[in-house]
Amino acid sequence: MSRSLVIGAALSGVFVLAALVSFVWTPYDVLGLDIPNKLKPPSGAHFFGTDHFGRDIFSMIMVGARTSIAVAVVAVGIGMLLGVPLGLAAAARTGTLLDEVIMRGNDLVFAFPSLLIAILITAVFGASAFNAIIAIGIFNIPVFARLVRGAALSLWTRDYVLAARVSGKGAARISFEHILPNVTNLLIVQGTIQFSLGILAEAGLSYVGLGAQPPTPSWGRMLAESQTMFSFKPHLAIFPGLAILLTVLGLNLMGDGLRDWLDPRLRRAKR
Amino acid sequence: MSLVISLVVASGVIFLFVEVVPGDPAAYMLGLNAAEDTLAALREQLGLNGSLFERYVSWVGGMLRGDFGTSYTYRTPVAEMIGERMWISLPLAVYALTLSTLIAFPAGIWAASQRGRLADSLVMGVTQLGVAIPNFWFAMLMVLVFAINLRWFSAGGFAGWDAGFGAGLKSLTLPAIALALPQASILARVMRSSLLDTLGEDYIRTARAKGLSRRQALWRHALRNALIPVLTIIGLQFSFLMAGAIIIENVFFLPGLGRLVFQSIAARDLIVVESVVMLLVFAVIVVNFLVDVAYAVVDPRLRVRA
Repeated sequence: MSRSLVIGAALSGVFVLAALVSFVWTPYDVLGLDIPNKLKPPSGAHFFGTDHFGRDIFSMIMVGARTSIAVAVVAVGIGMLLGVPLGLAAAARTGTLLDEVIMRGNDLVFAFPSLLIAILITAVFGASAFNAIIAIGIFNIPVFARLVRGAALSLWTRDYVLAARVSGKGAARISFEHILPNVTNLLIVQGTIQFSLGILAEAGLSYVGLGAQPPTPSWGRMLAESQTMFSFKPHLAIFPGLAILLTVLGLNLMGDGLRDWLDPRLRRAKR
Repeated sequence: MSLVISLVVASGVIFLFVEVVPGDPAAYMLGLNAAEDTLAALREQLGLNGSLFERYVSWVGGMLRGDFGTSYTYRTPVAEMIGERMWISLPLAVYALTLSTLIAFPAGIWAASQRGRLADSLVMGVTQLGVAIPNFWFAMLMVLVFAINLRWFSAGGFAGWDAGFGAGLKSLTLPAIALALPQASILARVMRSSLLDTLGEDYIRTARAKGLSRRQALWRHALRNALIPVLTIIGLQFSFLMAGAIIIENVFFLPGLGRLVFQSIAARDLIVVESVVMLLVFAVIVVNFLVDVAYAVVDPRLRVRA
C-alpha cells in the first residue's frame, strides 16, 4: 500500500469521522448565538475561534463536513447510477445510433459546467443544497459514462466475453456479469476523484449562495460570511478554507494511491 | 456540422429550462402580487403570446442579430450589458489561461526531464496542493497578503480600461492568478505524464540512437507529440475557467458577467440569466471545437485520418 494512500485515507478519514461525530456531539451548539463571545480568536475554549454571531467555528466545521460529504456522495451516486449504465450500453452497441446519441449527449452536458447548471436551476427553483447536488450530479454523469464506455470497449474484445456470447448471454447480461466487475477498480478511483471535485464544487456553490442555505453550516458559506471581516479576523476564513483544502487533498492522494494499489499495470503505464 | 447541432441542442435545453419549466415566466419574474395588466404587458414584451416554437425561433434569431432582448430590471438592452461586462470577463479568462499555460509548460517539462529527482517531487507536491485548493479561498488569502498587508494591489473592484491598459490589467492580476493556479497545476501534471509517455516511444529511442542528447530528443521530438492530451485539457479547462471566473469575480467585486448573473438571479431577471448562460455555453462549445481543429495542426496524422 503506497504512502499517498495511507496519508490520503487518514486525512479524509478525519473529516468523515468529524462529520459522523457531529451527529451526536459537537463542542458547542452550531445554531445557538452567543453575541458576547463574537469574533473571538482561537483559544482553549474555542479551538478555531468564533464567528460574528459567536458560534464556535470548530463545531461549524464538524457539521459543515456533513454537508460537504453528503452533497458530494449523493452527486457521485447520481453520476454513477446514470452514467455507468449509459456507458455500458454505449459500449455494448458501439457504432450504433444509441452509442452516438449517448456520446453526443455527454458532449452536450460537458458544455454546461456544474456552476452553469446550478445557475439555471437556481434561477428557476431557488437555491438549496438539493439543487447543488442535482447540478454536480448531472455534471458527473458524462464523466462516468465516458470512462465506462472507454474501458468496456476493450473488454468486449476479450475471449471470456466471446465465450459468454457463445453460451448465449445477451448484451445486457454480459455487460453486468462480465464487463461491470472488470471496470469496478476504475470506478472506485474515478469515484474518489469526483468525490473530491464534488466537495470543491459544493464549496464554490455555497460560497456564491447557490448551495446549502442558512442556518445549515457549510464550509463555502462560512467563507462567504467571512468575506467582509477576514481582513481583520483572518481566522474566520483560514479554518473553513483549510478544511476544504485538506479534505480535497486527502481524497486526491487517496485516489492516486488507490489507482496504484488496485491496478499495478496503470502504475507502470504512468511512468 | 456537429458544432451547429451542439449549439442548437444547447440553446434548446436553456430555452426549455428558463421559459418552459417555470410555467409563466412573466408571472415568475413579477412575483405573486403582480397586477394583471402589468403581467399582460410583460408577456407582450417577452413575446410570450406566440407558440413555443415561434418563441424559440425568435429568441435564437434575435441572438444571431445581436439582439438579446431587454433586461426587465435594468430596462437596458441585454446585449449592451453583456458587451460592457464582457470586457472584464473575457480578458480575465484569457489572462488566466495565459498564466496557467506559462506556469504549467515549464513546470511540466522540468518535472518530466528531472523525473524521479527532487525537482520532479517538488513540482508534483506543489501541483497536488494547487489542485486541492479552492480558488476562491486562495483568492481571499492573496487579498489578505498582497492587498491588505503589502498593499501591492487593490482588494477588489475594477479600475476600468479607461484608466489605462496597465491599470486595468493590474486589477485583473490577483483574480487571474487565483483562477490560473488550479488549472496550471492540472496542466503541469498532464504535461509531465504526457511527456513521460512520449519519451518512452520507439522514435525517441531512434532519435537518441542517432546521437541526439536527451534534451534535444525532448525538445525536437517528444514535446510536439506530447501536446495532444495537453491541448484536450486546455480546451476542457476553458469551461472551468469561465465558470470559475463567475465565482472569482464575486471575491474581487469585479463587475463582469458573473456578477451580472448573480444580480439577475436575485432580481429574477430571467432574460439576462438566459442570455448570459447561453453566451457562456456558446463559448465553451466553440472553444472545444477549436481544440479539435488544433489537433490536426499539431498532429498531421490526424489530418490524414479526418
